[in-house]
Amino acid sequence: MKTMNCDEAQELLSAFNDGELDLTLGLALEAHLESCPDCRAAHRSQQELTAALRHGATYYPAPALLRARLNAQLPGNPEQTARQIPTLPDRRRRSSVWATALAAALVIGVGVNLVLMSLQRQSALTDEVVAGHVRSLMVAHLDDIVSTDQHTVKPWFTGKLDFSPPVHDLAAEGFPLAGGRIDYINHRPVAALDYRRRQHVINLFVWPVPDRRATSPETSKRAGYNIARWSIDGMDYWAVSDLNASELLGFAQQLRTLERPTGP
Amino acid sequence: MIDDSAAARFAAMAAPHLDAAYNLARWLTRDPHDADDVVQEAYLRAFRFFDGFRGGDGRAWLLTIVRNTCYSWLEQNRFSSIHVEYDDRLDSLHDDDEGRPMHRLDPEQLLLQAGQQQLIETALQQLPIEHREILVLRELEELSYRQISEIAGIPMGTVMSRLSRARLQLRRSIEAMEQR
Ligand SMILES: [Zn+2]
Repeated sequence: MKTMNCDEAQELLSAFNDGELDLTLGLALEAHLESCPDCRAAHRSQQELTAALRHGATYYPAPALLRARLNAQLPGNPEQTARQIPTLPDRRRRSSVWATALAAALVIGVGVNLVLMSLQRQSALTDEVVAGHVRSLMVAHLDDIVSTDQHTVKPWFTGKLDFSPPVHDLAAEGFPLAGGRIDYINHRPVAALDYRRRQHVINLFVWPVPDRRATSPETSKRAGYNIARWSIDGMDYWAVSDLNASELLGFAQQLRTLERPTGP
Repeated sequence: MIDDSAAARFAAMAAPHLDAAYNLARWLTRDPHDADDVVQEAYLRAFRFFDGFRGGDGRAWLLTIVRNTCYSWLEQNRFSSIHVEYDDRLDSLHDDDEGRPMHRLDPEQLLLQAGQQQLIETALQQLPIEHREILVLRELEELSYRQISEIAGIPMGTVMSRLSRARLQLRRSIEAMEQR
């Protein structure tokens, strides 16, 4: 293999850090880094720049007003028309844009039920948990109990479910708990816990199963979402997010180590 | 008339990406009201083109439309703020004429100093749109090179080199601001 010089190495560092370099080049670069303190420093510096950007640059979520305009109009409520779409504060606005906004609001605001129906027609459980995740994001109403405290969230489920879901905060591991709610999956009410990773929402669905066998987290992909599922101690766990698969798997593994099997 | 089931499928696909759509529009237009307009227009366009969407990566498909809507919006409304034709080769000529400034910046400083956050925000805002765009797609949306290639309409190799340039340029402007 031809040895790499510093210019070539630094040209590739960016893609290397992103995990987007092909294997051959990656190995050559690693070999160069091992022998070159300058390029190692540049490598660290690149990683820090990425970290600084991810934590320093603002992520702008869609304003509630925009989401509401796009979401609020249900086809079942035909009398809810333009008047009830919140108008924007004094702004110049071409009428065509306004018409666009209106049309978009009507088009997109078809409501949660329709969405659920279309997704649940495919009856697989995976579709159900993905639908649960999508629904939670659409209504901008993720949590019925908003709390980062596991000792507040866990008792909230008491009396609302016929089982007690384990609730753990993973803030120290970079997955803070944001709240919880009841969802309905697999023909039964389930616990839905809302975790965050940077700007990503992770929905964790938990429900009891007769089988007490423990399984390791497995990941899959559906409709652009990553899914991790595992079982332990008589509970099924499904985590759904647009977070990348490897970090979601990390999340699953963190949680799983907190649940020790107690059954036979 | 709007077909309800098509609308439902569209909503299921598009609604969860609203934050990503807005964030991209917000960084490209650098204005909250413009971002609002662009996202609304983009979502309507997306629904019109939804027949042509054959499943797959909904986020990349939608962000492509948001991105294109941003560019045509910027062209119509403030022509001067975007380059007519961006040339990665020209850009690399400018970058190659100095040694290796990468070594100068202390990584610890970059993270810990007070005011760094504002510095990073400002530096990113002032980058040329092609560099700003690719950094937002990669660092804030955490998209893969393949997705970025689809959204920005450039080959994978160009994603790689443009991202590398964008990071170098961001680092330089942070350094320049620190020295002021
Ligand atoms: Zn070197």
